[in-house]
Order: sequence, then structure tokens, then C-alpha cells
Amino acid sequence: MAFDGALFEARGINAWRGDRHILRDVSFSVRKGEFLKITGPNGVGKTTLLRVICGLLPAETGDIYWRGKSVRSHRDEFNLELGYLGHLNSLKADLTARENLKFLAGLRQSLTARDIDATLDRVGILSRGDLPARSLSAGQKRRLSLARLLLADAALWILDEPVTNLDTAGIELVESLIVDHVGRGGLAIAAAHQRLLDDAPCLRRLELEP
Amino acid sequence: MKRSPTFEAAKLVFVRDLTLAWRRWDEVAQPLIFYVVVTTMFPLATTPDMSQLREIGGGVVWVAALLASLLALESLLRADVDDGTMEQWVLSGQPLGWLLLAKVAAHWVLTGLPLVIMSPIVGTGLGLPTEAWGVLMLSLLLGTGTLSMIGGIGAGLTVGVRRGSVLLSLLVLPLVMPLLIFGSRAVQMQMDGDSPAGPLQLLAAIFFMALSLGPVAMSAAVRIGVES
Repeated sequence: MAFDGALFEARGINAWRGDRHILRDVSFSVRKGEFLKITGPNGVGKTTLLRVICGLLPAETGDIYWRGKSVRSHRDEFNLELGYLGHLNSLKADLTARENLKFLAGLRQSLTARDIDATLDRVGILSRGDLPARSLSAGQKRRLSLARLLLADAALWILDEPVTNLDTAGIELVESLIVDHVGRGGLAIAAAHQRLLDDAPCLRRLELEP
Repeated sequence: MKRSPTFEAAKLVFVRDLTLAWRRWDEVAQPLIFYVVVTTMFPLATTPDMSQLREIGGGVVWVAALLASLLALESLLRADVDDGTMEQWVLSGQPLGWLLLAKVAAHWVLTGLPLVIMSPIVGTGLGLPTEAWGVLMLSLLLGTGTLSMIGGIGAGLTVGVRRGSVLLSLLVLPLVMPLLIFGSRAVQMQMDGDSPAGPLQLLAAIFFMALSLGPVAMSAAVRIGVES
């Protein structure tokens, strides 16, 4: 298996945004081969939770463990195995799709042109590879972000509303990517409103309540 | 696939910023145009008498260069933070300081280096003798480099603030005053026939301090900036 012994745990996470206590004592764990779907109404703190997990936001209290080690003291090791797809696409409008992947995914992995083409093909935008990102549609931009996530070759995927702007085929693509990923022993955590792998055996749910 | 070495990653950042600048050259050219226009207007507003202009020439070139560099700072990090690229850099597993140093280096090549190269031309317009060119360029080389690095820290601190450009100027200007003082002093001393070594060495010392500590401070600032 590609990602042996991968285990993610969050214990007693409390976080505030301004003067609102958003996350109250959130604890959960995700084992290899599992997909955790975080649901809940708007503003309940799904994005906040995902950003806290990534380390982009500080938690007031609580600890996060990756492979049994506290992330606080092993931040770089954790980041190397973390792939984050935020609700921003992290694309440069003036660069072509290929260049966007080369310059951003290339920070993590040494990429060849063939890697990039194979991934663009996988997400179904190979024919758009040399167009500047500004001329892609919203759904195609999302697909390009998914390509970046795939190229990161990370064990833990953190996905914030991954199917935003995607058509039916795109949603099926995201579902198949997640199933493949957890099938290889990876982990995925996603915040989603829409249907996403609702009947899959790998699915677990975490309902956030206001 | 294998992990990218840090040097390769930093090179990608550098090349990316030059590529982006090439596609939006009008934005990059703005500080240089400002620099040339300001220094050209000085003789028009004061006096065409070269001997009088020479007295203030070094200082005028330095002030214009400083303000032109400051003008370019606002855009240093804004776009990357707004579109989410910076989040990905923070999470890339690469040392953020090195990536940001590469970014500052690219920024300097695009905004600082053109000012240095243009300085003999604008200096001549202000009556600076050819003997002073070398010192003027060397002092600006060290000065603009330092300014890009210190400005990078300021840009990191203000990037989370809406309309942070005023704050950025207030934050950075006091810190770069020594550059202005030593830089214009070096040019003046050279023209007066004294050795400019003292102020130049001080400029170099400030430059190396900014170069070594700057990336650490800047990455700390950027981490706070992406939290919002």
C-alpha cells in the first residue's frame, strides 16, 4: 500500500472566529481507506475546521495527530503528506493550465511534462492545457485544481466543497478520484453540502451542529 | 515522482514571477516610469542651472528610487494571497522563507534593478558627473535590495489588512530612512572628492542583515496573513 499506517486524529478542537465560539470540542479520527464527510448548515464552521486541520488557522485548544505524532511539533512532515483543496482555486489567470500545474504542484513534486498531461487527461481538460486559466470555465478551473491535488501525491486529502461549479460528470469524477484515493490506502476529509459518495462503504459522516 | 528539492522549488517561484511579469509588463513598468518622470520634473520645477542641480542631484535620485520601490511593494504579495496560492505555498512542505526569498529576488529584478540601470541616465539629467555614477549605482544596488526585503516583511504584515497600502508606507518608510541617508551621503562624498567607503559599507551591512533575517520575519508575517 502506498500510504502505510496513515492515521489522522483530532482531539478536543475549540476554535473562535472573532468573538464567536465556532468549534466546540470537536473530536474525530480517520483511518486509512476512509472518507470523512463533514456536513452541517452554512456558517457552522466546516471551513474553519478544515483550515484548523491544515494549520492555516490556530485552534484555541485541542491537538491534531498524524501517524500518532502531534502535528504541532512535526508540521513539515505533516504538510508533505497533506493535499488541500480550498474553496479558492489557487490559480494564476495569466498562466496556462499546464504552467499553473508546473509552478504550483512542482513545488512539491518533480514533475515531467508527461505527468502533467496524464493528470490533465484524468480530470478531462487535456485539450485546454495551453489555454490561460482566465479563459477556462468555473468548472474547468475546479478540475484544474483537482489536477493539482492529484499531482501532490498526498496521503491525506482535505477538500473544501470539492464539487462546487462541477457538472454531473464532474461530480462523478470527484467521487471516483476519492474512491481511488482511499482504495490506495489514502484518507480524505471533505466538507460538502451536495450528495457526495452517499452510499459508498468508505464513507463516514461528521455532523457539525450550530 | 519524487519530492522537489528546495532549490528547484525556489527556482520555480522565481521563474513563475518573471513569467507573470512578462505577461503584465504594464504593471511592472509603472515604478520605473514614476522614477523617470519625477527626476525629470525636478529641473523643470527648480532650476536648469547644472551647478545648483548637482548639489541636490544625488538626493533627488535616491528619494525618487525609494518612492518608486515603495510603489511596487503593494502588489508584492496581494495577488498570491487573494487567489489562494500563498496557502498552497505555506502547506507545500517547502521552507516558506526560501520560497519568499525567491519571490523577493524576482521582485527586485523587476522593480529594483531597472532603477539601478536607469540611474546614470536620470543622474546625468540632474548634473551628476560621470565620476559619481559608480557610487550611485552601487549604493542603489544595495539600497533597493534591502528595500525589497524589508518591504517584503511589511507587505506580509499588511496583506491581511484591507486597504493596507497606507499602513505599509507608514511601516516601511521609517525603517528605510537609514538607506536614504547613507545612500545619498555616499554619492555626495564621492562628488566632493572624499572616499564614500564608510556609508557604502554601512549600506552593505544593512543589506546583509536584511538578507539573512528578512526571510524568517517575512515567512512569520505571511503565515499570520493567510490566517484571516
